[in-house]
This record gives sequence, C-alpha cells and structure tokens, in this order.
Amino acid sequence: MIANVGYGALVITLLTALYGIGAALYGALRGRPRWVDSARNAMLLTFPLLTISALSITALLVANAFEVSYVQAVTSRSMPTYLRITALWGGQPGSLVFWSWLMALFATAVTLRDWRRDREFLPWVIVVSLVTLAFFLILSIGFENPFQRYWATPSGAVITAMFQPQGTTLFVPPDGRGLNPLLRHPGMIIHPPMLYLGFVSLVIPYAFAMAALVTGRTDDRWLRLTRRWTLWAWVFLSLGLILGGRWAYDVLGWGGYWGWDPVEVAALLPWLTATPFLHSAMIQEKRGIFKHWNMLLVILTFEVMIWATFLTRSGVLSSVHAFAQSAIGPLFFAFIIITTVLSLGLLIKRWPELKSEGELRSLLSRESLFLINNLLFIAILIVCIWGVFFPIFTEAAGVIGQIFPGVAHIFTGQKVTVGPIFYESATGPLWAALLFLMGIAPLSAWGSSTARTLGRAVWKPALVATLALGAVFVVAGVRNGVALLALWLCMFVTAVTLYEFYRAAMARSRAHGMNMLVALWQLAGRNRRRYGGYIIHLGVVLMAVGIIGIELFQTETQASLALGESVTLGRYTARYDSLAEFDTNDNRNVARAVITLFKDGVPVGELYPRRDYFYESEQPMTIPGVRSSIEDDFYILLINWQPISTQTATFKLYHNPLVNWLWFGAAIFLLGTFVAAWPEKEPDAVIETRARRAAVQA
Amino acid sequence: MKGRGWVLLAVIGLALALTGAAGAQTTEPPSGQPPTEDEVNAIAKNMYCPVCENVPLDVCPTLACQQWRDQIREKLIEGWTEEQIHDYFVLQYGDRVLAAPPRSGLNWLIYIGPWVLIAAGAIMLARLLWRLRAPAAGPEPPPQPPANGPDDYRARLEAELKRRDLKD
Repeated sequence: MIANVGYGALVITLLTALYGIGAALYGALRGRPRWVDSARNAMLLTFPLLTISALSITALLVANAFEVSYVQAVTSRSMPTYLRITALWGGQPGSLVFWSWLMALFATAVTLRDWRRDREFLPWVIVVSLVTLAFFLILSIGFENPFQRYWATPSGAVITAMFQPQGTTLFVPPDGRGLNPLLRHPGMIIHPPMLYLGFVSLVIPYAFAMAALVTGRTDDRWLRLTRRWTLWAWVFLSLGLILGGRWAYDVLGWGGYWGWDPVEVAALLPWLTATPFLHSAMIQEKRGIFKHWNMLLVILTFEVMIWATFLTRSGVLSSVHAFAQSAIGPLFFAFIIITTVLSLGLLIKRWPELKSEGELRSLLSRESLFLINNLLFIAILIVCIWGVFFPIFTEAAGVIGQIFPGVAHIFTGQKVTVGPIFYESATGPLWAALLFLMGIAPLSAWGSSTARTLGRAVWKPALVATLALGAVFVVAGVRNGVALLALWLCMFVTAVTLYEFYRAAMARSRAHGMNMLVALWQLAGRNRRRYGGYIIHLGVVLMAVGIIGIELFQTETQASLALGESVTLGRYTARYDSLAEFDTNDNRNVARAVITLFKDGVPVGELYPRRDYFYESEQPMTIPGVRSSIEDDFYILLINWQPISTQTATFKLYHNPLVNWLWFGAAIFLLGTFVAAWPEKEPDAVIETRARRAAVQA
Repeated sequence: MKGRGWVLLAVIGLALALTGAAGAQTTEPPSGQPPTEDEVNAIAKNMYCPVCENVPLDVCPTLACQQWRDQIREKLIEGWTEEQIHDYFVLQYGDRVLAAPPRSGLNWLIYIGPWVLIAAGAIMLARLLWRLRAPAAGPEPPPQPPANGPDDYRARLEAELKRRDLKD
C-alpha cells in the first residue's frame, strides 16, 4: 500500500514536471504569462509530491518492509531506527529519489523568490530545472524503482516487479541484508546529503545562465542573481568532501583522509569547476570581461555534476561492464551529451552578444591572476578526469586489440589501477601554484598592476614568511625541501591575508576614529564576499599545513606483540595490555585491544583499536585508536590476532604530524564560506533607493 | 615500472617459458633473513589486489590480502627484490595490481595526456597575457589606479565599499 502511494507520487510528479515544461515553453514562446504562472505552480507542486514519495520510502525502511527489494537491500532487523531512516540514501534507487526531492526543494525556493524584475528568466529557469528533475524521475520510475517488490511464482522462483504479476504471491524475506557497515558512521550519514545538496544547488546557476542565453539578456544579471546559490552549493560541496575525508580517517583504517579513490575523485570534480567559477564570476561583475568563459564554466560545472552524481553511486568505476549492463549509464551519457550540445549551441548563438565590455590590461592585474587560477583548477580537473576514466578506457580499448590483432599488444584490454601516486605527483605542483596565487592575487589591483606596485606590496609579507620559515628550519629542524617550499607558501598566504585585514581595518579605524576591532567587524560585514573569501583562504592554508604534515612526515610501523610487549614509533611507545573478543546484540563480532600509550616515556592514556566483523554482510571493519593533539595524531590499528589464545596481536601504528590542522582549517574554511554566503539585504532595493534619492537631489 | 622493468619482465617471462616451471626462478640466493613487517608493507603499499577495490594491499583487512602479504614475505625471504615481486604479481593478475599503470604501451597516455591538454591551455593563456606586455593603447583609463600610499589605499577602500553598497 505505502509502496503504491510512493510510486504513484513519483509518477504524478513526473507528469506534473512534464506539464510544467510544456506550459513554460508555450507561455514563453507565445507570450502568455498565465501559462508561465501555471508552470510555476506545477514546479511548486513537485516538492510536496516528492515529499510523499520520500516519506513513503522512509516509512517502508522503518517498518522493515522486506518485501520491498530496496528495503531488503539496505536494512536489516538489527539496525537502529536512525540508520534505517538514513538508508534512504544508502543505495542507488533511494539516492535518486532523495536527489530529486532535494532538487524539488531548491527549485521551489527559487520559484518563490520575487520575480518582478526578472520575469523573462522565469519560464526558462523552470524549463531547465524541470527537465533535470524529469530526467531523474524517469530514472527512478523506469530503471531504479525503490518501490519494487518481491513476488514468488508457483514454481518457487522469486522475481522483482512493481505490481503483482499474474499467479504470484507477495514474498517477504525474513530479514534484510543490512546497510554496508562502512556507511554506519555519522560522517557517512551526513556526507551524502551534503554532497547532494551541493550538486542540486549547482543546477540553479546553470538554469539562470541558460535563461540568460535563451532570452538574450546577457548582461551580468544572471550572475548576480545566482551568486549566492553558487556559494551555498560550494559550501555544501566543501562540507560534503570534508566529512567524507573525516569518515575515511575514522573508519577506513588506512591512516589517511583521502585515498584518491575514483569515487572520491568523482565527487571532487564539480568542486574543481565551481571554485574557479566563483572566482571568475567576480571578474565579470567587476570588469565586464570573461563572459564567454563564465558561461563555459557554468555549463561544465553542470555536466560534471551530473557525471559525478552518476559515478558516485553506479559502480561503473569498478568495471566498465557495470556501465554496459545497466540502462542507467547510457541514459546519463545521453542526457549529458544532449544538454551539452544544446547549451553550447545556445552559447554559440549568443557569442557576439557576450562581448567583453573591457579588456585585460595588465599581466599582473587581479583578473589576469584569476585567469591563471582558473587555468590551474581546470588543469587539476583534467588530471582527475583522466585518472578516473583511464582504467575504464584501457579496459574498453581491448576491443580494438581484438579487432586488429596487429595492435593487440598495445590495446590489451587490461584494467589498470590509478592510485594516489599518479594524482599526487600530477596535481602537487598545481596545488602549490594555486597557493602562490592565493598569496599574490589579493595584493594585485583590478584593472592594471605593474611588477613594481605588486613588488612593493609583496615584499613585506614575503619577508615575514621567510623569517618564519627560518624559525621552522632552525627550531623545528625541518630539512625536507618540498616541505620548506610548501610551508613558505602557507606562511606567505597567511601573512598576506592577515596584512590585508590589518591594513583595511587600520585605514578605516584612522579615517573614522573607531576601534580596530569595530572597524574589522564593519569591514567584514560590508564586504562579506571579499573578507569571507580571505577567511576561506586562511582555512585553506591551515588545511594545507595539515596535508603537508601527514603527506610528507607521516611515519608508520607494524609489529606483532605478545601481551605486555611494546613497540615504539618516534616519541610514542604503545604497550599491548589485553584483548577481548565478544559478540554484540547488533550482530557484530568485536575484537578490541587495550593499548597504553606513552609519550617520551610518560603515560598519556589508553587506546582501544578494534576490528568489528559484521555477520550479515560478512565484512570486517577496522576502527583505529587515536590520540589527537594540535601537534599530531597517534593512530593505531589492530591488524591481526590469534583468535584462540589472544596472546599475540599485530598492530599498525601511524604518526600523523599536524593532521588536526586539516580539520581545524576546515572549520575556519566553513566559517569563511558562511560569512561570504550569508544573505545581505536585497541588493535591488538598495539600488532603487539610491536611484530615487539621486533623482530627488537632482 | 620503468623501461628497465620491461626488460626484467621479458627476462622473467623467458625464464619461465624455458624452464616450464610454474614457480619463478630466482637469480639471487635466498638471504635467509626474515623480513620485518615494515619491509613487507613497504612493498604492499604500492599494490592493490583485484578484489578489494581501491584499498592498498598494506592495509587491506581481508584474508585474501593477508595471504598476498604472506606471499610477499616468502618472496623476500627467498631474496627477491621489490621489482621482481611486483612483476611476479603482474604476471599472475595483470597490471591492475600496481598502484600506478606501468609506463608502457597505451599507459603512456595517462602520463602524457593531461600535460598535453594543460600545456595547450597554458599556451593559449600565455599568448593572451603576452599581448598585454605591450602597453594597452585603449582610451579606457585604468579603473583603479594602484595604491601609492596610505591615503590612496584608504580612498580606494572607501570607494569600493561605497560601490558595493550601491551595486550589490
């Protein structure tokens, strides 16, 4: 019953969306505002309808309705209620409905805004949003239906179908398979919704961009209207990525936070296009240039986001065969091709109208530096896309070898692994160059900037950074050349950013005779984007310090210890005290060791690394014991033990210097994005008031 | 695996073909020294088993991966080098056991491809920016003159804040 309601709601949403698309198109092309209003109402209706659908899945999940195949696949009787609810996004079918629901939420929020000044955009924003929504609904209804049920045929076979096939009876399995144990972690519970929120909110700037292209209103109005949407999308994307990193660190048990796993990289792709877009959008607003480039970036961001949605859930990255077997892959592919062709077609049509109002005037101006920033981000994007798709490519290229045996030794069809080594060596210099730009760009001026003026601004922070680096060299004894360069860059950016805050606050406090702190507060309040941006930069620097620490200075060792024995790693000594193995009532077998940790010979606490074995999914999970401080993390894993005697056990130990700077930096980073993205007073109202005032004075 | 790796692979392949033995022949005498677990992990770190997607061999908790590590240990006891061990696993399970594609055949594309594209982008950008070295002769004055002193800076800051209030 509930399944039928949920499915019905999905179908009605699709019909509503299709009607909305038709009505908006008709209204826009024939100039009938009432049809556009009707389309707007259709769009508003999608959200409550999809809420019914999403709630239906949730109800089925909570009620252990194992006759529904999705419920059976992602939950089990032993799972607590909150995990059942979050199982909504624990698998592909549920994720797709969840995605659509969020999309409808955002579309509704956009629809409810005041459209009086931008009436001509409305139908096209509706069309783009609803076409995207309809695409996902078609996937849900036709291919990844979360409401399909099990039916038993008279011969005893069990089939899945939405509605009862003739001669069958409903089949209710006694228990479900349970959610993948790796996903039962707070970080993993919030991480997918955050990423999805980021993904769906990226549809909005794209929709406005397309509306601008269709209507020919190609000034920067679309950019101004969507700026905050893009920023919020970026906040959610960043938060999603950071939570994913934290989850990996806590749960995956390999001592790191980012493994350049293809799915991780896929989730990073939209961030890699949204970040340069945020930067280059500023140039268009300030200087009226790079209009083509911004359109290209917003189209690229949308397409990459659709890809990422597909890649992160489909399993295609494990094997090219998964792509061929599921109908979803080709459909995504077709959707991306069609939307790309249409968007680029529109862009080409409007190309002459998007002419720059100004020009690049100087090599060292801020816009030139932003352009280099864009190039670097796109370069990282290229490396990542290349790395993600290369294994699929080599596997698929085997076909060529089969057809032409002469080149079979080149096109072997062998799958390869593209691991962290490739990504780190290829993107490392690019990240470093970005850090450097982050340092000098705030000091360069818009419009024109010469080497002399830039040099005059740069030398002070550069000197401070060099002195600080000297201290690191002498006091901390760092001798690694790469680390020294990277740390210098971090200090340089910090010095520049703090100096920017200082000199602006100083100037204002002198001019207006106010307290420095008040000046700083007012400054950040009045130019939130700039000073929020600087806070983000500071967060990035702190994160970079954490990354330098763990990437360049991580040490590890592994040892098999008898009870009471110790192993030493750097200044830490870990003593193996005991190990207990027991079953829990949620179907786990837990082996938990007790470790006493000493730092410089002084006991600093106990750690409990453990191995959970999930009976349902037959999957082990390694939970580290971690001692965190601002200086470093001591991270210990239980690798193996003698099941009967529990007398000896093998441990893997990691020393992760400075890794907590990464999480601390992430918090600052998020604070900055909130400052930058926080709503300000309605800009149009300000313009109108000023214009009126000016008219009165005149 | 560099160019040398290919030669080694060929030699091992030839040796296998000649002897017809399933087990690889070692050229070095067994050292007899039991390797430390760190030595085993150092080799396993750059390997992936075909089953556990994207989990490096040195930290993979499955039984199969433990057996692979045991195999590495045995080979080390027999005196094999890291390269020989990698090649041994590649022969059995294919290139995918290595953390990065071997630099050979089609795989060169992954190392060259991105850089060709990036270089193309960089050249385009460089050409665009290079033109700027010649002083722009346009009538448009620089919209924001660089700050020459504290007064200029203050004026510009105030102007920017005002402009934001207006436009934004």
